[in-house]
Amino acid sequence: MRSVGASVPRKEGIGKATGEARYADDLAFPGMLYGRVIRSTIAAGRIRSINLDFDPAGFTIVDHRDIPHRNIVALIEDDQPFLAGPEVRHPAEPVLLLAHADREKLNAARVTIEYQESAPVFDPELSPTTFKDLTIIKGDVDAALARADRIVEGTYRTGHQEHVYIEPNGVVAVPDGAGITVHASCQCPFYVLKALKSLIGSERPLRVVQTETGGGFGGKEDYPSILAGHAALLALKSGRPVKLIHDRTEDMAATTKRHPSIVRHRTGVTRDGRLVAMDIEVILDGGAYVTLSPVVLSRGCIHAAGPYRCDDLRIAGRVVFTNTPPNGAFRGFGAPQTQFAVEVHMDRIAEELGLDPVAIRRVNALRPGDTTATGQVLRPDSSAHEVLEEAVRRTDFLKKRRAWKGTHRGIGLALFYHGAGFTGSGERTLRSRARLALTGAGVRIEVGSTEIGQGTRTIHAQIVAEAMGIPYDLVEVAQPDTGAVADSGPTVASRTCMVVGKILEECGVEMRQRLGPLSPAEYFAHHGPLTVERIYEPPAWIQWDEENYRGDAYATYGWGCDVVELELDPVTTEVRPVRVTAVQEFGRPIHPALARGQIEGGTVQGLGYALLENVVMKNGVMANAQLTNYTIPTTLDTPEIDVVMLENPYPGGPFGAKGVGELPMDGPAPAVVNAIRHLGLDVREIPATPELLARSPVTGSAPLP
Amino acid sequence: MKFILNGEPREVTAHPMARLLDVLREEFGLTGTKEGCGEGECGACTVLVDREPVCSCLVPVAQVAGAEVLTIEGLGGQHPLQRLFMDEIGAQCGICTPGMIMTALSLGPNPRLDEIRTALAGNLCRCTGYAAIYRAVLRWSGGGAPSAP
Amino acid sequence: MKSPLSILDLQRAESLDQAVGILRQEPRTPIAGATDLYVALNFGTLEPTRFLDIRGLDELRLIVLEDGVLTIGALVTFTEIVRSHSIGNHLPMLVEAARQVGGLQIQNRGTIGGNIANASPAGDTLPVLAAAEAIVILRSQDGARRVPITRFYSGYRRTVMRPDELIVAVEVPPIDGRQYFRKVGTRAAQAISKVIFAGVKGRAPGVAPRIALGSVAPTVVRAPRTERALAEGAPIEDAVRILEREITPIDDLRSSADYRLRVAGNLLRQFWANP
Repeated sequence: MRSVGASVPRKEGIGKATGEARYADDLAFPGMLYGRVIRSTIAAGRIRSINLDFDPAGFTIVDHRDIPHRNIVALIEDDQPFLAGPEVRHPAEPVLLLAHADREKLNAARVTIEYQESAPVFDPELSPTTFKDLTIIKGDVDAALARADRIVEGTYRTGHQEHVYIEPNGVVAVPDGAGITVHASCQCPFYVLKALKSLIGSERPLRVVQTETGGGFGGKEDYPSILAGHAALLALKSGRPVKLIHDRTEDMAATTKRHPSIVRHRTGVTRDGRLVAMDIEVILDGGAYVTLSPVVLSRGCIHAAGPYRCDDLRIAGRVVFTNTPPNGAFRGFGAPQTQFAVEVHMDRIAEELGLDPVAIRRVNALRPGDTTATGQVLRPDSSAHEVLEEAVRRTDFLKKRRAWKGTHRGIGLALFYHGAGFTGSGERTLRSRARLALTGAGVRIEVGSTEIGQGTRTIHAQIVAEAMGIPYDLVEVAQPDTGAVADSGPTVASRTCMVVGKILEECGVEMRQRLGPLSPAEYFAHHGPLTVERIYEPPAWIQWDEENYRGDAYATYGWGCDVVELELDPVTTEVRPVRVTAVQEFGRPIHPALARGQIEGGTVQGLGYALLENVVMKNGVMANAQLTNYTIPTTLDTPEIDVVMLENPYPGGPFGAKGVGELPMDGPAPAVVNAIRHLGLDVREIPATPELLARSPVTGSAPLP
Repeated sequence: MKFILNGEPREVTAHPMARLLDVLREEFGLTGTKEGCGEGECGACTVLVDREPVCSCLVPVAQVAGAEVLTIEGLGGQHPLQRLFMDEIGAQCGICTPGMIMTALSLGPNPRLDEIRTALAGNLCRCTGYAAIYRAVLRWSGGGAPSAP
Repeated sequence: MKSPLSILDLQRAESLDQAVGILRQEPRTPIAGATDLYVALNFGTLEPTRFLDIRGLDELRLIVLEDGVLTIGALVTFTEIVRSHSIGNHLPMLVEAARQVGGLQIQNRGTIGGNIANASPAGDTLPVLAAAEAIVILRSQDGARRVPITRFYSGYRRTVMRPDELIVAVEVPPIDGRQYFRKVGTRAAQAISKVIFAGVKGRAPGVAPRIALGSVAPTVVRAPRTERALAEGAPIEDAVRILEREITPIDDLRSSADYRLRVAGNLLRQFWANP
């Protein structure tokens, strides 16, 4: 009865297809009020006065003085308030909360805020405040640069990206006895709980229940804590349930986005293309508060040298303050930005040396036994060459590269990797837990991992069924409710299968031992309930020096090589991807169809990042905060995606599995731009819009009028 | 104002300019139809009005007087596309799924892949990259092979 | 939805006569497909609070072809345009425009009358109608009024319609020549246009082409000097230079003036190079 490795029926149930699945806005409670957030309209300054120009009858009004405990969104740094006052640091910063039973009255309430404005900072290169900087050093890069045959320099830029989960952020806060229960569309119910405790204090019972969630992609990792806090404050003050749902415009304007980046490379190479020195500068725009920026910087820098061997390098990164809404987690978390830069840079190096993009990667790609930028020795579960060769072979890359030169067709590739799980000692610090509880019929999984479309419940159930040797149908999965499940850490960082799944595998093995030859039902009938709970133990061999950023950054890596084939329309300088080949190795798939879905979906999200998605900022405000004007790929923008899943088991993962959620995001943008470069257009930033292509310098024989 | 909702005659008490989306979700408690944008861009609110897919966030309820409106609930969970969307992982997070299914219902028998893509161009999905949705729809109309795991 | 409902008033017209009678009595905004209604209300670009639902006026849904003249009722939807044999045979560039106006859901509700009345500089059918020299037929209690589409717009989002008038149909005279339509949008489907080009190329030499563009000026525009230059045998590169001075594209959220200028010129070259 093999469960792992088969595309079994999903535990998530048919409710999504029948309309019965309940998302945050589908919930209703007796006496429920609707909430509204009044936000700042300036980027920087102080609030001088707030004028409420409406009849307050029936309204609940909350400002920062109503906060029982601390006006701090507890995350990494204690710098972001739930409600601003008096200082404002970004447009759309929350200032005041209103609630009313009648939505028309709620939306009609006029609030006028007077400010004393100060000069805002919008250019990250001119920012006076660095949230975090770090430097990764290996060998002596300056000496190595001096020895190099050739030096190639380049600057690469990426813009904001908005998640556009089709379900906007939303929560309902419900007074529950002496406490509050918040039902939230979220990825991390325990993050929300921690933030509520910081806001409200620990005297009241607080509980967070994850609702069916319509997409996250990192955009519901930390932001829901703020929304939950707002709804909870209104619920506390009014004594009524409060629903707080963002409409699309508010969601796009006020919530987190991907950090924009500027990455500079100065690379020393030998004449035959070997990388001998890499000097890299990474600048990320963090927005107005720290949120998760230090970790985004960390991951971005660790991946900045790409999946390549180089003995002498320096990666100096910083994430800085600007008066824009804080940026946050988005699938890939820094690695898509820095691997975009290194992969386009590699193609430029190849061009300068007269090598093709495959040759330069064959020379430099990491092999087991090589050391990474942080000095980590790669183990056998590393597949840079395998994914590269398969992608090149399958697409007939080199032949097309030669044949299409000087035509309207372009082909480009990107080689990339992605560390799975939290960086360095992160997993050890998290001490994630998983719990299995015997029921009368079978066994129930009680973890804090959330299903947000990726099939968490299904793969966890498969792993437990396999580990226990019981039918998959006997495994149920509890709804993530902080009152009823173990804290398994956040559903982020491609760790839900590899880390939490691993704890569950061990729980399953232990429970199997305890059950002996009995089935769950037999054991329960004879002995009663049984619970097994375990804490994640990272592999013993992991050594990480947080101070110097050296050592084993991740327990393992996923590997990928994407090839993009596209066509240019010279009349409009639009490029149309015609075919994308995604060759990815992530250990082995627990559920092949779900894994394929992650690769197909992540690849298309990467195509949007590369070509279509442009956040237009005007004075710190997202000027195109509507789906009409922020365009994600439709069916007709999406080419065929040919997915190849290679296997190379990771011994520390459940049944050999690694993480796959974010890996697919790292490849498409550089592969697209490298294909555009094949056309003869010198593009070094994304989104690579038709407007950008029309004004890009032309290299070689570009077929443009 | 009267109309036929999922095969049953119903009466509406909402304001005539209330959006059909809000009337379905609130007056009739049919929350299967979702609001993704309120602009008619994402298609998550798609229902059939006289057998045509429309964005219910754009329709004043007065305009469906006398019409037949079909929502995802009206399929009773029995339509083969619903099972196929789960089996083929055409639904990941599921928020776009009801709208996607309602639009797909307007396809004729045995549609080609390019016809499916064109028909669904007004339904945005952020999770799947659309490929699994095509697999589900092609299996329904008998036009494709079961996907290899 | 943000706009208050309680201040909105909707009346339904049962006949065309009743509709124009109501409009003579009081100002009301006609609504039909309503694909822009809630967006405009929510973003505060639509002020009026009294509406007239004309969607039930079946007499405005006809498509009539008589003696080569095509009359399309104002309530004909984009889907009906796509499916119409008469329009497909006589005005295929309108079918192309209707297919690209948005996804199926928008095509099923949006109407040609609404596209004309909305007066957006990016209206997808407007360059087609301008190149086709279409006549907008208006009705009021006083009777019918005919206004060529090329004289219908007086400025950015402004028409010459009186508040008591209703668009009832658009009339397209016979077209001799090959029809071209190209919409360059922000993505492949469900897109706002950056540049729209509609053209008619006469079959005999010396016959002036008709060239109309959208999204490159405050209203849809014809390019009369470009048309004349080409008719007089000017080289295409000269015509492109003239076209660049006949349009006034801007930088906006979606694109840039430079890009629009460049693409308009390229579309003209493509149009002229084709037989």
